[in-house]
Amino acid sequence: MNAPARTLSGADGLKRLSVATPDQPLRLDSGRVLENVEIAYETWGTLNADKSNVVVVCHALTGDQFAATPNPVTGRPAWWDRIVGPGMPVDTNRFFVVCSNVLGGCMGSTGPASKKPDGSYWGTDFPIITIADMARAQIALLERLGITDIFLAIGGSIGGMQVLEWTIQARDRVFAAVPIAVAPRQSAQNIGFYETGRQAIMADPNWRNGAYLAENTRPEKGLAVARMAAHITYLSETALKRKFDRKLQDRQAKTFGFDADFQIESYLRHQGQTFVDRFDANSYLYITRAMDYFDLASEHGGVLANAFRGLNTRFCVFSFSSDWHYSPEENRDLVRALNAAGCETSYVNIETDKGHDAFFVEEPEFEAGLRGFVDAAANARGVPKARA
Amino acid sequence: MTFAPNTSAIRRADHVAIAQFINKGELVLDVGCGDGQLMQLLQAERGARTRGLEVEHTGVNRCVAKGLAVVQGNADADLPVYPDDAYDVAILSKTIQELARPKFVLDELSRIARRVIVSFRNYGHWRVRTALLTTGRIPNLGHDAGWWSDGARRPCTARDMAELAAEAGLTVAAATAVGGKPVTGKSLGRLNWTADELVFVLERKKA
Repeated sequence: MNAPARTLSGADGLKRLSVATPDQPLRLDSGRVLENVEIAYETWGTLNADKSNVVVVCHALTGDQFAATPNPVTGRPAWWDRIVGPGMPVDTNRFFVVCSNVLGGCMGSTGPASKKPDGSYWGTDFPIITIADMARAQIALLERLGITDIFLAIGGSIGGMQVLEWTIQARDRVFAAVPIAVAPRQSAQNIGFYETGRQAIMADPNWRNGAYLAENTRPEKGLAVARMAAHITYLSETALKRKFDRKLQDRQAKTFGFDADFQIESYLRHQGQTFVDRFDANSYLYITRAMDYFDLASEHGGVLANAFRGLNTRFCVFSFSSDWHYSPEENRDLVRALNAAGCETSYVNIETDKGHDAFFVEEPEFEAGLRGFVDAAANARGVPKARA
Repeated sequence: MTFAPNTSAIRRADHVAIAQFINKGELVLDVGCGDGQLMQLLQAERGARTRGLEVEHTGVNRCVAKGLAVVQGNADADLPVYPDDAYDVAILSKTIQELARPKFVLDELSRIARRVIVSFRNYGHWRVRTALLTTGRIPNLGHDAGWWSDGARRPCTARDMAELAAEAGLTVAAATAVGGKPVTGKSLGRLNWTADELVFVLERKKA
């Protein structure tokens, strides 16, 4: 855990656009305003003449804008090139794809690791943000790119929450939407897990009440523990048993100590350690808090269907049978509300033991279903087919 | 496992019998839509807009991969959330005899859609009646493993189905034997003797 000190938000070579200025500030759900907001983004493919082929990809909690090409800052491979790329279900030969780092993130967008106008770090002075605020900033980014109507919004987990916000905020300017492994509200169980992670970060003496960047320390131990705890919820008991069971790590017998005797321990420690190299601890606090506050029904008179009533967007919801982070039942609650609202809705529950993270890995049925939905929607909208 | 698009346009006789009652542009809910063959037929040949509900995930996957709008769900549980009059037509194609709660489902569909079309195996056919008379056993029309097997079909006749429709506040506006010519609801007696598979068009009773 000796990551070089690096101010991720200062990393160079990232594409950014200003989406809020003192003249046109970003008004947040909390009532506070942000006068200077930059959003970092990537694009793939070519915008067509009538701008009918725009796809917005929304990333999950620890993701970034590098959905289809490797991240030049971290050196990590693209996180979704199974889905986004030439000839993939979201075909970059056909669509113009935009993916941006969320507001509050740490891969170039304005967040707690960014500097205020006075040159000091935001840290925990950064206002609390919501999923709706993230979508607001992303919609503003698209407007800066000259785009008001999009063909498709797609994303998994918290990315799926942003997709739902897109359909509501950019009302009838979203032709199709694919929320994956999502929930219309954050469950008590998930709030509990993320609170555990936040407490681990804040209990790390290097957190320094959030001022660790100025004091040149990093709460790496706390952030790693937060990641380890959360990561378990992205897997499933069946997959853990299949991959690790009780197998020992590079040893023949128990050591009667607290080393990582078990492969699962070693795996989680590795997940924690690699995470602190690429993620800002305060960003983790802010983004998980935004997830906790997500509850679409409460913002629409307590009736979830009211959030979607009258929308012309066509939806396709995917869930994964072994996902206990955002369970099939929570996805079905969303689907029932979409049906009750009269929206054109498809819903597929994919049988898999890969848990919540199934949407990142090979799942042929998911990919085939997604390809079919996207192609049919694109044909219905008259998006020209990819040139062979 | 990948799913090739279904290019072989198989026109099942019962689907063709149902399709004749669908008008251009109507919004249709196919309950128990399987892999979507009927919806494809209704789109291609009747210009209908279709939605599907299917309990088996393999069928749902195939539908979505074909670009059909289908929700994985259970007719016995998921219908109450649908709004009144959301659809022009709801279809139960060889599904009603496999439901746990047929009366409940028909009640819900009659609320959701202005017309309900059901297709079913008719246990009132003269061969079935004769077989029961001569063998003393319930004839098995649906390839069930036995009358006691899980999910075994509910045996009912044309008159039984008309009785259920009446219970649900519906009348038989039209009926046809699969492969036959449509008749009005008044000619059910003859159909009940001669048809082994039937399609009923049910409409709400005029108040």
